[in-house]
Amino acid sequence: MLALNRAQVKRSAVMSEEVVATINEQIANNHIILYMKGSPQAPQCGFSAQTVQCLIDCGEKFAYVDILSNPEIRATLPGIANWPTFPQLWVDGELVGGCDIITEMHESGELATLVKNNTATE
Amino acid sequence: MIVQNQIESKLADSFELLHLEVLNESGGHNVPPGSESHFKVVLVSPEFEDVRLLARHRRVNEVLATELAGSVHALAIHTYTDAEWRERFGETPMSPPCLGGKSGEKA
Repeated sequence: MLALNRAQVKRSAVMSEEVVATINEQIANNHIILYMKGSPQAPQCGFSAQTVQCLIDCGEKFAYVDILSNPEIRATLPGIANWPTFPQLWVDGELVGGCDIITEMHESGELATLVKNNTATE
Repeated sequence: MIVQNQIESKLADSFELLHLEVLNESGGHNVPPGSESHFKVVLVSPEFEDVRLLARHRRVNEVLATELAGSVHALAIHTYTDAEWRERFGETPMSPPCLGGKSGEKA
């Protein structure tokens, strides 16, 4: 019960229109954007670190948002994305997935294809 | 083991499963001993046939929404169809699934 209440409070308190607009803008303006804990140079979570490594391996530039220093984005994005956890990789305005999906796509070569196609249309 | 059991039974109730593994990986993180904060789940289900990874993970996240909003801080999700699982772990094939026969009956 406590857990549910906490989530509800979190959701209603910070789902401001302004934050939603900021997120939509970030996703629209960046072909590849990663919402992560920490920065690519200093990730603060193993899942974020692994996702960054997959992206770096693909050799494409990407934007990132550190959700630890942007608590309002951290609280709001899961509701928009229908995805409860971080990191979240977005390409061309669409959620690709979290660490496990990115890792699997990296292993299969699918990730490189996705981000390269994306650059070609830039 | 409370959260772990909860995760196990919720997943077992929500999917038609050939294989389910729920691992408490909290020990590898910066949390007190005995914590139930970091989990890894492995699900093998025919329901994942022709379903994209994103949608598979969303289903798992939805089933465990309460846990994720509460004490569970990290959830690694690995989902496979029967064929994907066999291909990936071909060296050590899984035990055949139960076909519903009762003990004492001949196979």
